[in-house]
Amino acid sequence: MTDIAATVAPTVIGRSLWGDAWARLKANRAAMFSLYYLALIGVVSVFGPWFVPHQYTTIYADYVRMPPSLSAYPKADMIETALTEAIKRMRVDIKEWRQEGNQVFVTVKSTRPIDDRNIRYLDRSDAFDDTKIESKSPDGLEVTMSASIKQQYFLFGTDNTGRDLLSRTLMAGRISLAIGLLAGVVAVVIGVVYGAAAGFAGGKVDEVMMRIVDVLYSLPFIFFVIMLVVFFGRNFVLMFLAVGAVLWLDMARIVRGQALSIRRQEYVQAAEAMGVGQRGILLRHVIPNLLGPVVIYMTLLVPQVIILESFLSFLGLGVQEPMTSWGVLISVGAKNIGTANWLLLFPAFFLVSTLFALNFVGDGLRDALDPRDR
Amino acid sequence: MLRYVLRRLLTAIPTLFVIVTMAFFLMRVAPGGPFNQERGLSPEIRANLEAQFGLNDPLWLQFVHYLGNLLRGNFGPSYNMPDFTVTELFAKGLPISVQLGASALVLALLLGSVLGTIAALNQNKLGDYTVIALATAGSTIPTFVIAPVIQLLFGLTWRLLPIGGWGDGAFINKVGPVLTLALPQIAIVARLMRGSMIESLRSHHIRTARALGLSDWSVVVKHALRGAILPIVSFTGPAAAALLTGSVIVETIFSIPGVGRYFVDAALNRDYTLVMGTVVVIAIFTIVFNLIVDVMYAVVDPRVRYD
Repeated sequence: MTDIAATVAPTVIGRSLWGDAWARLKANRAAMFSLYYLALIGVVSVFGPWFVPHQYTTIYADYVRMPPSLSAYPKADMIETALTEAIKRMRVDIKEWRQEGNQVFVTVKSTRPIDDRNIRYLDRSDAFDDTKIESKSPDGLEVTMSASIKQQYFLFGTDNTGRDLLSRTLMAGRISLAIGLLAGVVAVVIGVVYGAAAGFAGGKVDEVMMRIVDVLYSLPFIFFVIMLVVFFGRNFVLMFLAVGAVLWLDMARIVRGQALSIRRQEYVQAAEAMGVGQRGILLRHVIPNLLGPVVIYMTLLVPQVIILESFLSFLGLGVQEPMTSWGVLISVGAKNIGTANWLLLFPAFFLVSTLFALNFVGDGLRDALDPRDR
Repeated sequence: MLRYVLRRLLTAIPTLFVIVTMAFFLMRVAPGGPFNQERGLSPEIRANLEAQFGLNDPLWLQFVHYLGNLLRGNFGPSYNMPDFTVTELFAKGLPISVQLGASALVLALLLGSVLGTIAALNQNKLGDYTVIALATAGSTIPTFVIAPVIQLLFGLTWRLLPIGGWGDGAFINKVGPVLTLALPQIAIVARLMRGSMIESLRSHHIRTARALGLSDWSVVVKHALRGAILPIVSFTGPAAAALLTGSVIVETIFSIPGVGRYFVDAALNRDYTLVMGTVVVIAIFTIVFNLIVDVMYAVVDPRVRYD
């Protein structure tokens, strides 16, 4: 007997539940593409704002509502406007000006001697940099200054107050994704604990716990959310913890149902008959079998939370300025579609594509983890 | 059947009571009051206002008063719009919201069913994939993106529709809001219809009908549709309640004077009576439409009997 056992070495490597699911997921092209896309959006949102040359809060007063462009600002026709604006602030008159490559030379004259410190008005303009005094007339009534043109790129354009939309969109992605994950995790934790407790306790306790869920279901959902906003004010971290705490109802139902059905499975009865303790059954059988539905539901919950966050921000209840989220940007964009449609289109594209990707990943995971398909 | 309906209406009373009670006390636990925000309101005037509306009475007494008024059909005055009672506000806004919601619901049921049936008849072919793609898009893109995009395309670029406004209910003003409300619902109906139609087409009586040589049209419309329509019926209940009571997003974006905004505005301004009125109206719509749906079940499916 021992000889046989020694010769029949385990040549077949079994695949675990998760290995199997991963293989199925890898075969699903839409889901894998969405997974890569989500990773890309995540990386770009988290690290992107550090690489964009503009801060998401910096206001460029000279570049309000600039349309998106691949070439640098200021455009050729904007230099003269910016120059006359700056010179006007110096309270002097332009005698002549010319542009040489990346430099402008301007000669100004006045009826009173011109103070050297006036050059700061050119530096203050968003279009110019490194202003120097080239020459001065002996009586001080005429000064020639030179300044280099500050090249700035606004790939997504700028918003109503002259902030770079690219950095704002990325920053918004950070917030929206973080809120989605945060509230999603809170909802899953509460739902799993509550549902599992009800499922295991069974009987009267289960009955009462589930009636409570039913009652909470019957109140309009938006009522809860608005009450939470009222309670927690505009503190968005607290608020989204609370929103997560409202979204756990579905999770609790799913987990309870699963827990009840797993307990009745024959392999659990077999394990009980073999003398495996409660703890062993929980760790070895119940939790691994619960994980599938929980993971699937979590991927469907995150887009729900992101939509909810955008919805609240759209109503002005969520994330507050100058902090931003996709919902905030879309709400600003929706108010400016007539004059600046890029304010709507870029954030909307980011939001919608992320929601699509999350849905495809959720569907892919469901197909991969659903044991009925095997 | 009549006894069933009466019994359901009777059980609705405790449900409504629980909802009203919870909403009332939740609302009052929240900090602030209806007259706190108005700056420049001297303490004496505020005290007078609060006394006039009975806001200084003990909470349980206020609750009893409110319930008593509610039973007499009196929703009370609105605190933030003092010229109107809550009933008047609803009389003004509800018909607008109901018109838009009902049009959207009818559109969604018709178009969704047709699309779902087309998909089911062409399972795993081009038509099917097109419908699935549309349905995915419709249920993924949020309303607050659809609405401004409709404004941008139809209102600004092609100038076919007004950008917003109610225009005394002119047809052209309703197109945008109804489309926005209907699109996500079309997606849901199409998905439901596709699934149940595929199942219905596989059943025995359909095979028999085909064997008897009935035309495709007659098989699908007369026989398969009846079996496939149940999931749509149960979807209609909650969907109707939600659509007819107005949408904050759609009414805000298209500047429609419906009841959709009442709830949010009232909760933020602690307009207690208006919040309660909205909760009661939404609850009644939900209860009534769920009842209608259950009655419809018995009409559509003779196997369902309520005795």
